[in-house]
Amino acid sequence: MLQVALKGLAGRKLRAFLTGFAIVLGVAMVSGTFVLTDTLKAGFGEIFTSVYKSTDAVITGRSAIGNGNSGNIAPSLPASLLAKVRSLPDVAAVQGGVSDQAQLVGRDGKVISNGFAPGLAFSVNTKGTQQFNPLVLVSGSWPRGSHEIAIDQSTADKQHFAVGNTIGAVARGPVQQYRITGIVKLGNVSSIGGATMAIFDLPTAQTIFGKEGKLDGIDVAAKQGISPAKLVAEIKPILPRIAQVRSGTQQAAKQVQDTSAATSFLQKFLLAFGGIALFVGIFVIANTLSITIAQRAREFGTLRTLGATRRQVMTSVIVEGGVIGVLASVSGLFIGLGIAKGLEALFVSFGIDLPHGNTIFATRTVIVSLVVGTVVTVLASLLPALRATRVEPIAAVREGALPPSRLTRFGIPAAAGTMAVAIALLLFGGLAKGATGTERLLAIGLGVVASFIGMALAAPRFVPPLASTLGWPGAHVGGVSGSLARENAMRNPARTASTAAALMIGLALVTAVGVLASGIKATFEHAVDTQFLGDYALTSENGFTPTGVASENAVRKVPGVQVVSGVRAGEARAFGSHINVTGVEPNVGRVIKITWVSGGPGVPAALGRAGAFVSSTYAKDHHLALGSRLPIELPTGQTVPLAVQGVFKAPNGGSPFGNVTISTSLFDRIYQEPQNVFAFVDMAGGVSPANTGALTSALASFPDAKVQTESAFKKQQESGINVFLNLLYVLLSLSILVSLFGIVNTLVLSVFERTRELGMLRAVGMTRRQTRRMIRHESVVTALIGASLGIPLGVGLALLVGEALGSFTIAIPWGTLIVFVIAAIIAGLLAAIFPARRAARLNILAALQYE
Amino acid sequence: MNTNGAVVNATDVTRRYGEGEAAVDALRGVSLAVAPGELVAVMGPSGSGKSTLMHILAGLDKPTSGEVWVDGESITSMGDTELTKLRRRSIGFVFQFFNLLPMLNAEENVVLPLSIAGEKPDKQWLDELMAKTGLRDRRTHRPSELSGGQAQRVAIARALVSRPAIVFADEPTGNLDSKTSGEILQLMRDSVDTLGQTTVMVTHESRAAAIADRVLFLADGLIVDERKDISAADVVSLMQSLDS
Repeated sequence: MLQVALKGLAGRKLRAFLTGFAIVLGVAMVSGTFVLTDTLKAGFGEIFTSVYKSTDAVITGRSAIGNGNSGNIAPSLPASLLAKVRSLPDVAAVQGGVSDQAQLVGRDGKVISNGFAPGLAFSVNTKGTQQFNPLVLVSGSWPRGSHEIAIDQSTADKQHFAVGNTIGAVARGPVQQYRITGIVKLGNVSSIGGATMAIFDLPTAQTIFGKEGKLDGIDVAAKQGISPAKLVAEIKPILPRIAQVRSGTQQAAKQVQDTSAATSFLQKFLLAFGGIALFVGIFVIANTLSITIAQRAREFGTLRTLGATRRQVMTSVIVEGGVIGVLASVSGLFIGLGIAKGLEALFVSFGIDLPHGNTIFATRTVIVSLVVGTVVTVLASLLPALRATRVEPIAAVREGALPPSRLTRFGIPAAAGTMAVAIALLLFGGLAKGATGTERLLAIGLGVVASFIGMALAAPRFVPPLASTLGWPGAHVGGVSGSLARENAMRNPARTASTAAALMIGLALVTAVGVLASGIKATFEHAVDTQFLGDYALTSENGFTPTGVASENAVRKVPGVQVVSGVRAGEARAFGSHINVTGVEPNVGRVIKITWVSGGPGVPAALGRAGAFVSSTYAKDHHLALGSRLPIELPTGQTVPLAVQGVFKAPNGGSPFGNVTISTSLFDRIYQEPQNVFAFVDMAGGVSPANTGALTSALASFPDAKVQTESAFKKQQESGINVFLNLLYVLLSLSILVSLFGIVNTLVLSVFERTRELGMLRAVGMTRRQTRRMIRHESVVTALIGASLGIPLGVGLALLVGEALGSFTIAIPWGTLIVFVIAAIIAGLLAAIFPARRAARLNILAALQYE
Repeated sequence: MNTNGAVVNATDVTRRYGEGEAAVDALRGVSLAVAPGELVAVMGPSGSGKSTLMHILAGLDKPTSGEVWVDGESITSMGDTELTKLRRRSIGFVFQFFNLLPMLNAEENVVLPLSIAGEKPDKQWLDELMAKTGLRDRRTHRPSELSGGQAQRVAIARALVSRPAIVFADEPTGNLDSKTSGEILQLMRDSVDTLGQTTVMVTHESRAAAIADRVLFLADGLIVDERKDISAADVVSLMQSLDS
């Protein structure tokens, strides 16, 4: 019996291949994700191991409030600590350094930036040995003095800089020109991603970053025979509260761990798309197997007459599914290597250039991919296998199909029930206040899955009217091909429904994402429109990294400027949790409209050194009112007592202010390196080409900063959303591709099933072109059914989720939805190419004699 | 063009399947002419080449050598599209297994060849045809609601609807019971007598042969005998001699 299953499979290679392909892509995504994230992790590991290779102990600043969202908020160490550590008995050598961020400036005068990758800056100790230095010179020498720099090899190569050239670098102040004395690389590390490196000698770095008399890290080497653990124990007691010490290996492990939070998020994120593709694959495989089983009713009947039990019939179908699953999983596993490369290229093209080491193909990747792919395929074959058991022996001698699935009788109640469960889950996920974030996400995820299943169960009911309507244009312009295609799409509603349902899933997801994104953008735009009173916004070149206050001061000097108001940003801790602190100038009310709940327009000017204003949601969460005491704890451990002087209401789309806002005069005193996230400018004459020109030329020496009008500002802030949106579209297109294969499968099987019909049609005068058109029309009708189920479902999901989140208005992007419909039509046309060709090439004679 | 007024004309047609030692000669030099308004039956034991002959005459298969004219045109060197158009215009088919489209009703199935050609049926002609084939009260029934005999009537009406030069019927009674077979044969005879429909019918049923104007007997790829106005009993004895 097993042999029958295997031989049967071998006899239907094309069908097995088409069936398996639905799972190959999902498995490839899973495998590719593991390969990519393992490789990234290894890349980070390589970097940090290399950095701390020859260091026994590392002393760094310790944030009193722990690591925040931005990660690097640790205070610098006093340089005097260096001498204290050196004088410890077991210390052989010490070296202090500064590390920060600085951007290099290309020959075009613009900052060199590779998407979201940082511009790193380090100091080197040019005196003495380079025993602690993880960098190696590729050419030239180490920089000395305030006019010299070394840069990384990749930037030098890409931007055509060599030793002896001059390059600009910008940190806190205006751009400075430096002579390149050296080209460096990080040990043997293969890639540091898109990051750039600027290397200065220590005094220069301290000056540039305003860290005179300070250090960010101290590397320590132990004397012969002293273990790192002993050294660490010796250093610990003499450290101030804002410092911490780890052994070199611990420090490397810690930093790998810090980055692994990001890589494991990336892993889960990408696996989700693999999961979606596999889910769609289940639909496709279940449908394909159902069709082939219906077509093989006579074969199963014959087996039954020869004495095969129902169980044996069922086993043979499941074995068939299992074999397809194993073969598809193995292919997917290896295609995953290509997918990993593709994903990396995708991220780079979206500006996310991450470090990577040698490609890692872990055992876990192999096992998970094979198990997931096989299990999913076997699961998908269960229902078809059950149907196969219902074939009676008499089918051996009878022409005709399987009895209809027993499930169809429960279709509508089951669909309604599943849909109710879906909505309940979605509402719980969106509204349940008590549940944790993970629980709510899980509920939303399950709700979405349930809504797909519910819709798929109901779909056979919708197929006849939908096919009839959607096939109408084809039937009226496509002649007999169009009308036959419409009839064909309707003749087996269950089959068309489940083929369309696979496409529905992908389309519903892209629609939901598109609708949510457009809602987020609309809400954000509304927020900017209502708050933006000034003429221009001054931001960093990329719009999200903070810029030095110096650029704000440069703009202040431009003739015609009436108001310049900077918004500083930093982190602190209050009431036991992290908060964003912003600093504003007294004139902020002239460039940003603030809606006061308590207090009034006079608040910003009256904040002084102990006042703060808070958002109404923060006030509500922590029961704050005018006069409430609000002590905040800084990364340095210092506590600043504040009193609430105002409460404002932030619009849904967000405000430029954090939870707690103080005056810039206080902010600049308590934060080590104050920087602006935005500054807003008001000018005589408003926005005009002359004013824009004057501001831009004032910023000539600040290539990391730029001025934008309100609309350009909105556009730039939205570009981050767009990048993410496009990334989601690309990743979701994988599941649409899987469903495309579902359409191909169904059509190929239908063509096969209708061989004799096609032969007759050709015999009575249907041309090849008409035959192809007929299949194409059927494919497009199926795809459009998928679209008309998926797009409304996606809008519905977005409305539910949006309503649940409650913080933004829904804006339906009609243009985008029309694009999706057109995409569905194109998908249908693509899916039809191969089946249409097969149908048109059928040998009429063979088709007529076909049984 | 030398077709002598025949609707179908074949000269020295051979058909070889496969190559080398495995080659099978299905037809080994067949010539025939079918005159307008004639009902020709082609008979022969299985493997005699009768189906191959019909397929070649209908342009569904290509001869290895020889030439075939249908309705005054040589079809031997026609491309697929030309042949398809010729089938639309000049040829009607009746199949053993009816080959109706299950999602179309009886009348839609009947007019299918016209729909494919993008033509509108002539209402009067359609009514006449439906009346003649006894389908007047079955027009909106689907194939699944029709008996075998009714289904084959639909197929015959479909073959006649475009008033083709020639109708080819491939074992039209092969899937029907004896009584229904008689009715179907009568309908075919009737279409020749009242409409002048030239018809070629491949069959192995002696009764079918008996209604023909002329019967061609094939054996081993050759026409071995030809009779006019032969009785069913004579057909049976002739066939027995061919089989042995």
